Amino acid sequence: MTAATPSAAPAEELAKSLTKEVVRSRRSPRWRRAALPYLLLAPALLTFGVFKAYPIVDSLLLSFTTGSGTATRAAGLANYRRLLDDPLFWTALRNTGEILVVQVPLMLGLALLMAVGINSALVRWRAVWRLGVFMPAVTGLVATGVMFAFLLRTDDGAVNRLLDAVGLPTVDWLGQPFWARMSVVLVLTWHYTGYNAVIYLAGLQSIPRELYEAAMVDGAGPIRRFASITVPALRPVLLFTVVLSTIGTLQLFDEPYVLTGGGPDNASLTVSMYLYQNGFRYFDFGYASAIAYALTLLVSVLGAVQMRLMGDKDT
Amino acid sequence: MNLRQLRGWPLTFLLAAVTGLSVGPFYWLVIATTRKDTEIFDWPPAPLPGSHLGDNLDRLQRRIGLLRVIGNSLLVAGVQTAGALVVALLAGYAFAKFRFRGRTLLFALLLSTLVVPEQVMLVPLFKMMMSFGLLDSYQAIILPGLCVPFAIFLMRQSLSGLPDELLDAARVDGAGEFRVLWSVVVPVMRPVLAALSIFLFLGSWNQFVWPLIALRSPDMHTLPVALATLYGNKSTTDYGAILSGTALSTLPMMVLFLVLQRQFISGLLAGATKG
Repeated sequence: MTAATPSAAPAEELAKSLTKEVVRSRRSPRWRRAALPYLLLAPALLTFGVFKAYPIVDSLLLSFTTGSGTATRAAGLANYRRLLDDPLFWTALRNTGEILVVQVPLMLGLALLMAVGINSALVRWRAVWRLGVFMPAVTGLVATGVMFAFLLRTDDGAVNRLLDAVGLPTVDWLGQPFWARMSVVLVLTWHYTGYNAVIYLAGLQSIPRELYEAAMVDGAGPIRRFASITVPALRPVLLFTVVLSTIGTLQLFDEPYVLTGGGPDNASLTVSMYLYQNGFRYFDFGYASAIAYALTLLVSVLGAVQMRLMGDKDT
Repeated sequence: MNLRQLRGWPLTFLLAAVTGLSVGPFYWLVIATTRKDTEIFDWPPAPLPGSHLGDNLDRLQRRIGLLRVIGNSLLVAGVQTAGALVVALLAGYAFAKFRFRGRTLLFALLLSTLVVPEQVMLVPLFKMMMSFGLLDSYQAIILPGLCVPFAIFLMRQSLSGLPDELLDAARVDGAGEFRVLWSVVVPVMRPVLAALSIFLFLGSWNQFVWPLIALRSPDMHTLPVALATLYGNKSTTDYGAILSGTALSTLPMMVLFLVLQRQFISGLLAGATKG
């Protein structure tokens, strides 16, 4: 950019208007200019229409039909009525909910602590910790699932050996209903905590240090400073991570599919897995679509509630 | 050493422990992959990698056709990334730098699908690919991943910051619109494009549900599908092979991550910091 001294300004203005003039005179015919943005958008709109918009609408229509495979007939609200009476759907919903309420606060709390720790002026080799905790986020969920399926084996898995070594009781991770769900929580937490910590870290680094210094002068202790400066400053980032994690966990599929297969006895069956079973094991497309829309409803309602609760305080 | 530095040590040790928990499983994976089947569950685990990586990979090649599977994954992720990048660049450019009828509406429409879970599209996509005769093909996996609304959003955000004068200057020099895009916009946007390609490639390399549904024959499987299938087949207890496959799907990304950490982190955090 040119230096913005007052004397240079008129010359710059002149140059700019001249440029505009030349650009205009060189323009291609008007219709081509008008068509250009649509031309640029064509690939996006085409792929969007065929592979996003159409499936979303088709899915809604399918949810009002019944039958197997493509031999379907109209069924009104039958699928949704069936959903409400389906104990397995409720089990899947309860499992997903339990994983959600344990996992999201646990992970985000840990991530916040991690970020504050790494950001502390007292800490050495900050870049190393930041890099290390972020690494799991690069791994695929299937690979993570397989890896932890080995680490969590009851008799000879590394996690139980480690627990045993420090004198804690070992756990039948994948064999007990409750612990199967907690295994999923564990894997998710391992996978995403560092990712969220790095997001928080970016937020923390944008808080001016003077704020903390001023608070210290006023005699605010570390907890007070954390509650009155750090948390409010991070609110937009916190909101982002809460909504993102909630949406992600509601759609949980890969980890339980690999780790527990939904077992034992459906104890870790999630809504997405139940959708998959109905759609692609029983080919009950109508019912699977109804489950998909129930999930969409859940995602939008929970997302909206969270944004309302956390987002409004500024205005 | 002064008191202040001394106070930092407990926190540093704590962070070292946390980092150990994050990185530990990868270390375990490297050890397990390079040793014999029978040593995988030894306790305490062997401290150093062994020499059995080759054997493990050999057996994996025989079981799942490893080379073919990796080729499938690379092809799908490569084409999908390149395609989605071009689609997002063109659309983002249009939204950021042109005024046209329907601009706001189209953009809102694209973004509105961000709140729709992927699962909603599975059944219709399956039916669509079935009627196109595309089930069990690369196209079935690649095509639905070409329009990534989030990538379009990100490109629009970044391109909005690009001064119009820069584009006009090129037009004055007689450059056509696509020339402007290619020789002015693309070079300036290189960091964003790099971060976005990593984001897209990683997502594509690791995608699972849709390929699991759309791919039938083992010949077409991508790495995650092949791995999950091999592991899910409980009659196979060839743990060395399974784990070496897991390592293979993970470690190349890890190396790439260590080399390109800045782009990785900004690519994966793009949503958090630009939003």
